Amino acid sequence: MYAQPMNNSLNPLDSEAIRNDFSILKGESDLPLIYLDSAATSQTPDCVIEAMDAYYRTYNSNIHRGIYRISEEATAKHEEARQRIGRFINARRPSQIIFTRNTTESINLVAYSWGSANLREGDEILVTVMEHHSNLLPWQLLSQRTGAKLRFIEITDEGVLQLDGLDELLTERTKIVAMTHVSNVLGTVNPVQELIAAAHDVGAKVLIDGAQSVPHFNVDVQGLDCDFLAFSGHKMCGPTGIGILYGKSDLLEEMPPFLGGGSMIRSVQRESSTYADVPAKFEAGTPAIAEAIGLAAAVDYLNKVGLEAIFVHEQELLEYAHQKLNEIEDITIYGPKPRQKTGAITFNLEGIHPHDLAGVLDTVGVAVRAGHHCAQPLMQKYGVIATVRASFYLYNKLEEIDTLHDGLLKAQRMLTRRRR
Amino acid sequence: MNIYEEDILDHYENPSNYGTLEDPDISYEEDNPLCGDQIRMDLQVEDGIITKLRFCGHGCTISLAAASMLTEEVKGKHLDEVKQLNKDDMLDMLGIPLGPVRLKCGLLALKVLKAGAYGLKCWPGEEDEETE
Ligand SMILES: Cc1ncc(COP(=O)(O)O)c(C=O)c1O
Repeated sequence: MYAQPMNNSLNPLDSEAIRNDFSILKGESDLPLIYLDSAATSQTPDCVIEAMDAYYRTYNSNIHRGIYRISEEATAKHEEARQRIGRFINARRPSQIIFTRNTTESINLVAYSWGSANLREGDEILVTVMEHHSNLLPWQLLSQRTGAKLRFIEITDEGVLQLDGLDELLTERTKIVAMTHVSNVLGTVNPVQELIAAAHDVGAKVLIDGAQSVPHFNVDVQGLDCDFLAFSGHKMCGPTGIGILYGKSDLLEEMPPFLGGGSMIRSVQRESSTYADVPAKFEAGTPAIAEAIGLAAAVDYLNKVGLEAIFVHEQELLEYAHQKLNEIEDITIYGPKPRQKTGAITFNLEGIHPHDLAGVLDTVGVAVRAGHHCAQPLMQKYGVIATVRASFYLYNKLEEIDTLHDGLLKAQRMLTRRRR
Repeated sequence: MNIYEEDILDHYENPSNYGTLEDPDISYEEDNPLCGDQIRMDLQVEDGIITKLRFCGHGCTISLAAASMLTEEVKGKHLDEVKQLNKDDMLDMLGIPLGPVRLKCGLLALKVLKAGAYGLKCWPGEEDEETE
């Protein structure tokens, strides 16, 4: 499903009120923080920090173990977090929500556990050229372990998936399709619903990398019918150190454990053991308790603001950013136009290294990302080593894009004077 | 202090010793995997003295200015002296403070020079960490 403005009658988002929810954006320093790097990690609202603070100050204890008041409270809050996060993506049961450290670990869990049990030589894994390295390396490693072949869906010059030759790529040899919902570099929203249906037609499973979609618009795992969904807390107003793997129950139940240790067992003998039920089977060791509680608070916060309002607000920012940056001479903007994408605008200025652009922007208080964005195959496709990416979230304002624009002109004045 | 000092910009815009040598005694090239910046150094050496050198490559102002400054510094010097150059010497030449990310840009040229001349492959300043 391509990104579409959903409900135009919606109340516009009050970004000033929202900024008040984030201590870091109220900083008193001389330079304001113009934070345009939410695709890397989002800012954390005070309510999330307070929820984690309350755990440490009033009921800090290990879970599933202590038969005493605060441990029971911690266990209850941790499991309630699982429920609220499950509801956020419309999972059928809380046991389909596995706590991990981040998207990367969620994908590795599937590649090791499901992948090693189900793939062999002659099988194929289908990914796209626009994957973040964290949705590529686990499959490369799996391919090296099993002899299964890794194949790629290419992209067009506009930065959308090239689906013409799909029949040739997606066949009964394909055992899993692993693809990003939204490109972290281009912002492209991929038509995952159609691709999931096509993959299921040939008997393949589908893992969706939701790191850049779950924070920005409503992702419904039952509606999409994906087999796995991976995402990170720190890109959706939550803390670092917590990520989610959603999986269909029958798959999770069949899969062998990933990490071994405490909490994931039913009974242990010297030479072998039996394992706990899902999700505990995949959650060895003491988990990130405060972070799970923090992520649930983030989900409540996003629900309160409303994902649709956030999406519409980001579309407005994107349209304005495209319009303003297109006024700059010698700029190349990569990827599709607004309305086929969300969250980010990626570009280069002729003759200026992306690091220098980011460095000069920093002098006017603007934080952007410069580099390969952990997507080197995509950079190679565009024949560049690095780009600059500005990415937006609910707390950004139109005026901040003016500062970005002026900062880019300043960089041009400074760095393209008399160069060879 | 601003890292885009006039001096840095001058070296970036009009680098010294830019190019390649026809017949170098030592030629070495490396990139910074974090950002893709790439520097090559060609040296001509007589009795241990660097008589001629050129650098080329692509990168940000900091990495190119550092390379330009470094070539000025080591031209005519003995390789033994070059071996003594460390992270702080390079930062002194640049004359600006660098955060941990840009530090690698500032040190790439020195790393390439030392790797080419002595096969020292670690980042300047990280030698001790490696021998622990
Ligand atoms: C599309 C996508 N996938 C995966 C990741 C990896 O996320 P994490 O570093 O939280 O594991 C990112 C983060 O940049 C991303 O943008």
